[in-house]
Amino acid sequence: MSKPTWKNPIVKWVDHRLPVFTFIDHSLVTYPTPRNLNYFWNFGSLAGIVLVIMIASGIVLAMNYTANTSMAFDSVERIMRDVNYGWLIRYIHMNGASMFFIVVYIHIFRGMYYGSYKEPRELLWIIGIFIFLAMMATAFLGYVLPWGQMSFWGATVITNLFSVIPFFGETIVQWLWSGFSVDNPTLNKFFSLHYLLPFIIFGLVFLHLWALHTHKSNNPLGIDIKGDKDEIPFHPYYTAKDAFGVGIFLLFFLGFVFFAPNFFGEPDNYIEANPLVTPPHIVPEWYFLPYYAILRAVPDNFIDVWGFLPVIIPAKTAGVIAMFSSILLLILLPWLDTSKVRSANFRPTYFWLFWLFVIDTIVLGFVGAKPAEGTWLLVGRLATLYYFVHLVILMPLVGRFEKTKPLPESISAAVVGKDAKESS
Amino acid sequence: MIRLIYKRAMLAVCLFVLFSLINTSITQAAGNSAPPDKQSWTTNGLFGHFDRQQLKRGWQVYNEVCSSCHSVRLIYYRNLAEIGFSSDEIKEIIADVEVPAGPNEEGETHDDGEPIMRPAKPFDKIVLPYPNDLASRAANGGALPPDLSLMTKARINGANYVHALLTGYKDAPSNFKLSEDMHYNPYFSGSQIAMAAPLSDDGVEYNDGTKATVEQMSKDVTAFLIWTAEPELEERKRLGLKVMLFLLVFSAMLYAVKRQVWAKLH
Amino acid sequence: MATKDDSQNSDGHEERDDSKRDFLLYSTVAVGAVGAVAATWPFISSMNPSKDVLALAKTELDLSSLEEGQSITAIWRGKPVFIRKRTAKEIASVKMTKLADLKDPQSDNDRVQKPEWLVLVGICTHLGCIPSGQKGGDVKGDFNGWFCPCHGSHYDISGRIRKGPAPKNLEIPPYKFTGEANIVIG
Repeated sequence: MSKPTWKNPIVKWVDHRLPVFTFIDHSLVTYPTPRNLNYFWNFGSLAGIVLVIMIASGIVLAMNYTANTSMAFDSVERIMRDVNYGWLIRYIHMNGASMFFIVVYIHIFRGMYYGSYKEPRELLWIIGIFIFLAMMATAFLGYVLPWGQMSFWGATVITNLFSVIPFFGETIVQWLWSGFSVDNPTLNKFFSLHYLLPFIIFGLVFLHLWALHTHKSNNPLGIDIKGDKDEIPFHPYYTAKDAFGVGIFLLFFLGFVFFAPNFFGEPDNYIEANPLVTPPHIVPEWYFLPYYAILRAVPDNFIDVWGFLPVIIPAKTAGVIAMFSSILLLILLPWLDTSKVRSANFRPTYFWLFWLFVIDTIVLGFVGAKPAEGTWLLVGRLATLYYFVHLVILMPLVGRFEKTKPLPESISAAVVGKDAKESS
Repeated sequence: MIRLIYKRAMLAVCLFVLFSLINTSITQAAGNSAPPDKQSWTTNGLFGHFDRQQLKRGWQVYNEVCSSCHSVRLIYYRNLAEIGFSSDEIKEIIADVEVPAGPNEEGETHDDGEPIMRPAKPFDKIVLPYPNDLASRAANGGALPPDLSLMTKARINGANYVHALLTGYKDAPSNFKLSEDMHYNPYFSGSQIAMAAPLSDDGVEYNDGTKATVEQMSKDVTAFLIWTAEPELEERKRLGLKVMLFLLVFSAMLYAVKRQVWAKLH
Repeated sequence: MATKDDSQNSDGHEERDDSKRDFLLYSTVAVGAVGAVAATWPFISSMNPSKDVLALAKTELDLSSLEEGQSITAIWRGKPVFIRKRTAKEIASVKMTKLADLKDPQSDNDRVQKPEWLVLVGICTHLGCIPSGQKGGDVKGDFNGWFCPCHGSHYDISGRIRKGPAPKNLEIPPYKFTGEANIVIG
C-alpha cells in the first residue's frame, strides 16, 4: 500500500499533520474492491446516505417540534402548514424511515444469500445486527413523537411487553414510562433518546466500515481475492456505480415523498392520541410487522421443555422471547450455517431455502397487519415455526449435507470466462 | 443455474404481486363497513390540483352546515386566501365573528363570568363550535363530532369515504337492529352513525349559482376537506414533477458515466 | 490507456472520444452540483420566519383614546413600541433643535408622519435595554424624552440621542395610518 504524494501545497501541509487526504485516498479511491460486485452491493452505501438524510431532516424538524403531549401533534401540523417547506422535510423524514428499512432489509438479504457473514466477516455481520437493533429502537421512539393514536397505543403495547421480565418487570415498565402509563414524561424522554440514537448508529456504522475494510468486500461468487487481477480501485468504478445507484434510489424515494407520502403510514396516526379510546386495530409500521406476527403467534400456555423438565411459559412471555430471539438468533448465523461455500449461486439446495425464507418473512409481514385470529393466526404460527426451523435446523443440516457446485478458479477467471461467453 | 433473464422476470413478477397485494389492502374499507365507491377528484394523480371555485363552494357548505358541530381547528382565517378569497372577502367572512380577547389593561379576561370578546382577525383560528370535547358531547347526545381538519387523511381511502358517508344515508334493512337515536349508514363502521344526514337538496344557496344537490354539496365539501388536510398538495405535486424530471435526466447521465467508466475494464 | 477502441478508431476519433468522455463527466457533475444546491434550499428556507409568524408581523392599533401628553407601549414583533401623542409645546421644542447639536442628525419632520404622533421602537440603540419615560412618574432624562438607565443615554421628545453612549436615534418602525387615529405597524 503505497502512500500517495500530494502536489498541492495546502493538501500536503494538512495531510502531513492530519492525514485526512491519505485516509480518503486509501479507503475511497485506491481501495481494492472485487471487480464482480453486482447492484446488490449498492445497498450499503445507500443505507449510509439514508442515515445522513434522516439526520439532516430530523435536526431541522427538531427546530420546530415540541415534545409536550399538549403541543406535539399540533407542532407537527404547524410544520406541515406554516413552516416553509416543512411538509417536504416532514415527508422526507417519514418516508426516509421506510426507505431506510427497505434498503437495510435488501442489504441483509444480500448478506444471507452470498454468505457475507462467514469467516472472516462474522464481526462485520454482528455489528450490522446491532445497527439494525439500534435502527428499530430509533424508529420506534420516533414514531411516538407525532403523538397520534398509533404513536400512543403502539408505545403502550410495546413498553408493556417488558412486564414479562420476572420479578422486576412492572418496575422496569414504570421506569420506561417515567410514570404509570405512557404520558408526558415518556414523550419527552423518547424525544431525547430519539435524537441520541442516530449518533450511536453513526458510531456503529464507523465500526462496521472499519471491520469491512479489514478484510474487504465479499463478492457474488463468494470466493476470496486471489490476486491483483481480481480487484479494481474503488474510484472511479464503484464511485460511479454507487452514484448511479443513488440516482435510481432518489427516484424511488422522492416518488413516494411527492406523490404518495402516506403510502407506508397508518391513517389512525392523523388522529390525536386519546388514552381513553383504543383504535380497533393497533398496527405497527410495516417494517415491524414480521416481528409483530412472531410476537402474537405463540399459543396460550406454551409448554417448553428445558432439559428434562417441562416448564409452562405464558403466551405473552414466550411471544416476547420469540420476537427478540428471531433477531438475536441472526447473530449466531455465521455458526448456524455450516457450509464451507459462501455464495448461494453454488449451493443449489440452499438457493431454494433462501427464497423460501424470504417469502416466509413477507408472509409474516402480511400476518402482522391482520388481527390475530382465525386463518391468519394459523398462517402466522406456521410461518413463525418455519422461520426458526430454517435458522436452527435447516441451515446447519443443509450446510453439512448439500452437494455444492464447483467454485471457479478465481474472480478474474470467472469474469474473463463470462466475457468470452458473451462476446462469442 | 437459472438464466439471468428469468431471474429478472421472476423478480418483476414478485414485486408486482407484492405491490398489488399491498395496494388492495390499502384501498379497502376499514373494518365492518361497505367499501366506498371510487370518485374522481381534481387532486388525484400526478397532475392533481385544486379547483378553487369548488373549494369556495365547499367552504360555504362547511361554514353553513357542518361548522355548527364540527371544528376545523388547524385552519386559520388567513388560510382562506389560499382557496381564492381576497383579503376583503375574508374580512367580510369574519365580520361578525368574535374570539376571546387577551387580558385587558386590568388583566381581566372575563366580565361577570363571561369571557371578554374581540372581533376576529385573519390570524385567528377558525372558531370552534364548542369550547372543549365535553361540551361537544353534551350538546350531541354523548357523541363527539370529530374535528375535520385531517379527516381525509385520518381514514383509509379518506376522500372517497367521506363522500360515500355523506351521500350514503338510507333506510335500514328490515333485519338490521338500529339503536335509539342512531341512523343507518352502511359506509360507517358498524353501519350506524349518531349524525343524522347533514345534507339535503338545496340546503345551501351557492354564491356562484351552482345547483346544490346532495351529491354536489358532498363533492364540494369533501374537496374542501382534502384541502384542509393537505393544503400543500398542489405545490407538492408541482415540485414533485420538476424533481422527478430532473432525477430522470440526472440518473440517465449517471448511468452513461457509469458505463463509460466501466468500459475501460474490458 | 489501452482500450478496444484503439484498434478500431483512428487517432482523430480517439481524441474526440476523450473529450466526449470529459464532457459527459463534467456536465454530469455540474448537473449534480445544481441539484445538490437546490436540495439544500428547503432546509435553509425552513428556518426563515414561518407563515404563522409572518401573519403576526403587523400590529394594528386604535389610538383614538390617547390624550395629548400621553404615551402607550405596544408590542410589535415581540418588541416594545412607544407611541406618544405629543403636545404643541413638545412639537415646537424639537423643531428648534439645531442639527449640528445632534450625534445622529435627523430633523423631526423626517421622523414623523403626523407631528402629534411619535412612533418609536423602544429599544436603546446602545445595547438593547428599554428606556424609561413612558409613564408619568418615570425619569425622562435631561431632554424631557426618554432615559436609558443601563448606561445613561438621554433621548429627546423626538426620540433622538442627545447625550450618552447610544450611537443612533431610536428606530422608527414602518407604519401607516389607516384612519384618523388608527395605525398599522409593520
